[in-house]
Amino acid sequence: MALDEYEKRDFKVVGKRMPRPDAIDKVTGRALYGADMHVPGMLVGKILRSPHAHARIKAIDTSAAEALEGVRAVVTGADFPDIAPGEARNVRDNTMARDKALYDGHAVAAVAATSAAIARKALKLIRVEYEILPHVTEISDAMKPDAPVVQEGFVQENVPEGFSENVISYHQYGHGDLDAGFAQADKVITRRFRTAATHQGYIEPHAALASFGADGTADLWVCTQGHYFVRQLCAEILQMDQAQLRVTASEIGGGFGGKTTCFIEPVALMLSKKAGAPVKLVMTRQEVFRASGPTVSSEIEVRMGMTKDGRITAAEAELHYQGGAFPNITVQFGAMAAFACYDLQAVQTRGYNVLTNRPKQAAYRAPGAPMAIYAVESVVDELCQEFDLDPLEVRLKNAARKGTRASYGPTYPDIGLVATLEAAQAHPHYSAPLGPNQARGVACGFWFNFGGDTSVSLSVDFDGSITVTEGNPDIGGSRVSIAMMAAEELGVPYESVRAVVTDTGSLGHNEVTDGSRVTFAVGLATIKAARAAKREMCRRAAKIWGIDEDAVVWEDGCAKPAGPNAGKFEPLSIKEIAAKSSRTGGPISGHHEVNAEGAGVSFGVHIADVEVDPETGHTKVVRYTVFQDAGKAVHPAYVEGQMQGGAAQGIGWALNEEYIYDEQGRLVNPGFLDYRIPVASDLPYIDAVILEIPNPGHPYGVRGVGETGIVPPLATLSNAVSRAIGRRMYELPMSPPRILKAIKGG
Amino acid sequence: MQYLAPTSVDEVVAALAQADGRARVLAGGTDLLVQMKSDMIAPDILVDIKRIPELREITREGGGWRIGAAVSGAEFNEHADICADWPGLAEAFDLIGSTQVQGRCTLAGNLCNASPAADSVPAMVAADAVARVAGPNGTRDVPVVDIPVGPGKTSLAAGEFITSIFLPARAPRSADAYLRFIPRTEMDIAVASAGVSLTLDDDGSCVAARVALGAVAPTVLLVEKATAALIGTRLEGAALAALAQACESAATPIDDKRGTVEFRKQVVGVLARRAARVAQNRAEERA
Ligand SMILES: Cc1cc2nc3c(=O)[nH]c(=O)nc-3n(C[C@H](O)[C@H](O)[C@H](O)COP(=O)(O)OP(=O)(O)OC[C@H]3O[C@@H](n4cnc5c(N)ncnc54)[C@H](O)[C@@H]3O)c2cc1C
Repeated sequence: MALDEYEKRDFKVVGKRMPRPDAIDKVTGRALYGADMHVPGMLVGKILRSPHAHARIKAIDTSAAEALEGVRAVVTGADFPDIAPGEARNVRDNTMARDKALYDGHAVAAVAATSAAIARKALKLIRVEYEILPHVTEISDAMKPDAPVVQEGFVQENVPEGFSENVISYHQYGHGDLDAGFAQADKVITRRFRTAATHQGYIEPHAALASFGADGTADLWVCTQGHYFVRQLCAEILQMDQAQLRVTASEIGGGFGGKTTCFIEPVALMLSKKAGAPVKLVMTRQEVFRASGPTVSSEIEVRMGMTKDGRITAAEAELHYQGGAFPNITVQFGAMAAFACYDLQAVQTRGYNVLTNRPKQAAYRAPGAPMAIYAVESVVDELCQEFDLDPLEVRLKNAARKGTRASYGPTYPDIGLVATLEAAQAHPHYSAPLGPNQARGVACGFWFNFGGDTSVSLSVDFDGSITVTEGNPDIGGSRVSIAMMAAEELGVPYESVRAVVTDTGSLGHNEVTDGSRVTFAVGLATIKAARAAKREMCRRAAKIWGIDEDAVVWEDGCAKPAGPNAGKFEPLSIKEIAAKSSRTGGPISGHHEVNAEGAGVSFGVHIADVEVDPETGHTKVVRYTVFQDAGKAVHPAYVEGQMQGGAAQGIGWALNEEYIYDEQGRLVNPGFLDYRIPVASDLPYIDAVILEIPNPGHPYGVRGVGETGIVPPLATLSNAVSRAIGRRMYELPMSPPRILKAIKGG
Repeated sequence: MQYLAPTSVDEVVAALAQADGRARVLAGGTDLLVQMKSDMIAPDILVDIKRIPELREITREGGGWRIGAAVSGAEFNEHADICADWPGLAEAFDLIGSTQVQGRCTLAGNLCNASPAADSVPAMVAADAVARVAGPNGTRDVPVVDIPVGPGKTSLAAGEFITSIFLPARAPRSADAYLRFIPRTEMDIAVASAGVSLTLDDDGSCVAARVALGAVAPTVLLVEKATAALIGTRLEGAALAALAQACESAATPIDDKRGTVEFRKQVVGVLARRAARVAQNRAEERA
């Protein structure tokens, strides 16, 4: 691991609350989102989706649709080439069904037509002959040996015997002697939990505009978190060279992980290829719910032993996750994260991944961790109540710290959990009085964070202003943070730097905007690109002065002679060096390419006060405070925004959000009326307290902050509600009917 | 598709008669346009009633109020006198949608969309409101409670439409209240709801009461036994418990994505009890 990057320094720009560069465009409507793209001769694409949860597609007759005036192309699974097993093939089969429709809403055909009305009419003319198959949408049903098999051929070798073919992967982590550990406990409890599948709820539906040229090159404009990955997937699915496909990312109306893969892009490209004209595909909200990627639902069992003074002696968890009809690795993250907050002598987690007739899951902020940690933190809270112990004290007593061997393997370097817990303990919220029917809940959370492949190019323009070219769609304010880090490193005003997210043809590869990686990894590459530019500018100054390169240093945004022996020259500013650059060797750029390691893990602690109406089961969140380690908050307002946003989404997940299926396996709430994300008036002001325990893996100490915030709220809310009603809740969402039932003793 | 914007009631009647079932009345459009956009309905003709002057007015009539069928929620709630007489209906109407929706939504539209969960309907039924219906055979007055006959269905005959809603004159020491249960705090649909309108005598005894429930049956429910539970009482604990019990028993809800039978029954009793208390307090203040 790269753990020696951090150097303490006094920041001039980093740490300030700079105005966001995209704000005016977004409030005036000038910003271009996915569906805003228009090109001449553009056709409208629409997708026909399966009304069945599981059905064999016996035949598709598209002739009537093709014959309709104005229809320019019809595409089915048969149009896509065969490719090798792997994620691209899974994505291909998810974006257009081949032999079977695997869930309600699975695409079975698509049309491109000269108008939306004609496209809609054409969809009605497509005849699909289905043979309806038995379906399965719930985890425990899908695991039974005689369950309907969703897809064959995915079972990995290490999966234990005794399950259906839907159980496709098994993951185990841990260390120590569980039996010995449980034997030391004063109390051992085993509890089972369930969480519903939830959707990221981004406001902008998926949209793509594809334009395939007669020469086999293609352009794609798309709303995505990762256009390089879109290119990689689409190139493989359409069997073309990556270099022949240029992908440009639009502004993005939210992603939260849900836009880290493809749901319509290969279809848009195939329609365009067949039609010989550009094709725009935009999902409706209903399509977003039925056929994009919600997160997994889960069934989790946790066993934990504790001494009466609050020491956890051993803990284990078994996690069963379903993420729809295709493989994913979310349960692996869950099994790794479950006990990451604790310093345990004996710990084990076992994760099972299960296929069901539901849409293919996508990442959702800290994928896999919120549900696992919800179960663990609920059990910790129950044991605290059992022994009448303070829940923050108990967490401090067991907290992971520098040198702790994590349950998933590594030994932690400097981490911020203890400092975060202490901050929560000292905060006035923790000791504030509570009203009638109110109670307080607390919980910890954790996320790994990620670095990954990153390319940045920084150009010193002839007028001395700076363009940072990066390749990660800005989903949380990264452009401002990146511009700030460039300004900091170069010693120039923030206003002279502009960070631009470029297309795949203009910069080397960049991993998707995920894993809270961008401010960390792109920031790191930006700092290094700036350092490269500074070295080049020193070289140019040396040339101008006619002295040795080594005799020039960079200070306060200027090149200066290293010392009296180097000669007596006035410092040269970036502006001056840039103005002469054409004559001193050409344009000046710095660039940096890296597979960034050393993304520091991040911890959070949340406190919530809730008030539960004992007659209706309605929960009101009356006060909420988030404590989280940011390493270094480059732009504190954005960091607070991430912490608040994660909490808001977690509160929705805890209280009301869920995918609801009927007997036929159809999603019955594909819209914001009955898929209830919190509205503004449902939430209190969410107070955010930033801690800064520098990450040794980043020059400025930055850690990712985007995901940890969604991890603690599930248990925080469940612990608060359970304490308010005097009964323990074991299932999410804690919708009013469930709470009222628990109150009445159901 | 054809869009008509007539300026008189007679023209609407003629247009509907000619259209032979292929036309829909367009008031605020906050249900209709949403249903058209999501491909649920595809009418050939839209007859917009917002250009008919008398349908945009709120007028005094025999001590009561006549509300034109095209009066929006925002217009209603800016009318201080009607809100003073009917604070419960005002709060029910105001619950519909957001500020944007309030600028367009109407009582008649809420009623004719015939959702069992419509917010203004239990309040109108508790108020003993009467709809005036115009049609090929002239005009008739129909109690609001008799308009919805099932989810999405009304008792209006082909070619008929509602021109106004009438609210009767208010006795002294009368008031109403409406409460709904939603999992969120706004922008949601009632899982159960209750409207209560009552009149007290000088001693604070209840002399008249109407209790109507929403979202717990295929149509709005007027609960006679709830009236009996309140009349002659000062809404003491026992009376309110009897009221809640009457509502629970009258409710015949379904299990669905929004709530369970058990939950809806329990909560509708609680809402009726709480709404009755609010109405009582308001009536006492009006003395
Ligand atoms: C965002 C949003 C939030 C909403 N929230 C709520 C809510 O909280 N509570 C609630 O109850 N509703 C809610 N609604 C639904 C809707 O706003 C209400 O039902 C509203 O009162 C409908 O009135 P309208 O004038 O817009 O009706 P329209 O959409 O114009 O008409 C509705 C139906 O009634 C018919 N119709 C209209 N007027 C007449 C008439 N005079 N005679 C005969 N038939 C007629 C129409 O043909 C149509 O079938 C919401 C809608 C939206 C879009």
